[in-house]
Amino acid sequence: MNGERPILSVTQLNEHIRDLLDADLLLNDLCVRGELSNYKIYPSGHHYFTLKDSESSLRCVMFKSSASKLRFRPENGMSVTVFGRISVYPRDGAYQLYCSGIMPEGVGDLQIAFEQLKQKLAAEGLFDPAHKKPLPPFPRTIAIITSSAGAAVHDMIRILGHRWPLTKVILLPVRVQGVEAPPEIAGAIRYANEFEIADLIITGRGGGSIEDLWAFNDERVARAIYASRIPVISAVGHEPDVTISDYVADCRASTPSNAAEIAVPDQNEVAELLRGYEIRGGQAIHKQLAQLRERLNSFQQKRVLTDPSASIDNRRISLDYSRDRLCAAQERILAGKQQAYVRLASSLDAMSPLRVLARGYAVAEDDAGDTVKSAGQLRKGERLRLHFADGRADCRVEELLTGEQK
Amino acid sequence: MNEHQETFEQSLARLDEIVRHLEKGDLPLNDSLSLFEEGTALIRRCGAMLDEAEQKVVKLRKGPDRQPQELPFEDDNQ
Repeated sequence: MNGERPILSVTQLNEHIRDLLDADLLLNDLCVRGELSNYKIYPSGHHYFTLKDSESSLRCVMFKSSASKLRFRPENGMSVTVFGRISVYPRDGAYQLYCSGIMPEGVGDLQIAFEQLKQKLAAEGLFDPAHKKPLPPFPRTIAIITSSAGAAVHDMIRILGHRWPLTKVILLPVRVQGVEAPPEIAGAIRYANEFEIADLIITGRGGGSIEDLWAFNDERVARAIYASRIPVISAVGHEPDVTISDYVADCRASTPSNAAEIAVPDQNEVAELLRGYEIRGGQAIHKQLAQLRERLNSFQQKRVLTDPSASIDNRRISLDYSRDRLCAAQERILAGKQQAYVRLASSLDAMSPLRVLARGYAVAEDDAGDTVKSAGQLRKGERLRLHFADGRADCRVEELLTGEQK
Repeated sequence: MNEHQETFEQSLARLDEIVRHLEKGDLPLNDSLSLFEEGTALIRRCGAMLDEAEQKVVKLRKGPDRQPQELPFEDDNQ
């Protein structure tokens, strides 16, 4: 029955099929389009997935060495083109695609990676405007973190020098492309913070392809910028290039030259500002002086100052007037006093002893001239003098009768 | 030289204050005149700072002790 047909072991058959497939030129260098599904990353670092279209599917494996070069995170449902070769896995007797690379359909892989990192960091709040620090208006020292070669650094130094030569510039040279670039840029940002070497950081590079600018889309760079206590200006490429660094930085400049313009004031503008202050100050002083002069003039126009004698005349008139009033008052007072005097005099008169005498009484005086008020004062034979209203009589006491003797 | 910058920023702030005071015009003349003099001196000093400023550029290297070392910056392009 068998004839000349050899009997093969399973292993021999699988190996035979593998040899056939491996010898096929087309199968050795394939590009296959499909949709990713059942994507799994094993702890070994190998990626396993199925590539499918509407009708069939293909098992794929991507070894760690190739997978580590992926710049985006493959996701189920993604339309991709997969590169690689078909071979047989003898243990399972199944053919599969040994994948060397995956390219997202439509947009480039870098674009996908960019969008993915952007979404992730945005969700974490790394682009939050509230976290952005204000730039110092007059930075003392600026740290430039970029390549020491290339036009960008020279443009920045030149523009900074023209605009504001008072600011010291410290260059921290780093590589800005290649695998070493992201850790070097991130490290320089951390170093500048650790030693507080500046109060403003500019990091970036001149224009280039998306691959050239890729270091500024690196998560490590983004996190270093976010963690920086020193404000950071991101200045990558040309105007339309936007990188993750631009989103995280406190300020995005469209180009390195633009960063230098943003970083420092323009000394011409400041000089203009100083001139403005000078003019305003001068005008304010002149205005004040003019106002004071005007007040002075208005004083000078008053008659008191223009004609001093007028004031004296006025005062003299007022003095005369006062004197008149004083005199009148004095007269009134005198007249009042006079009346009072007359009243007083007439009442005095009523009580006068002379008036008593006029009514027929007499006053007796002894020799000493004292008024005799009692008979007891007298002795017989003593002389008396009697005063009448119209004269006097000298008398001698003939007899003394006192009390009941009377 | 770092103090220069502080001075500059502070000088501008002080100038602004002085000019506002003067423009209010409610100060006695003597005070106005001394403010005006202070302002003029500040303006002269700031102008001189800008005129005399010379840009300093250095390149930083991490020293063996990790401390920053400043080196003269030479044009790597030429």
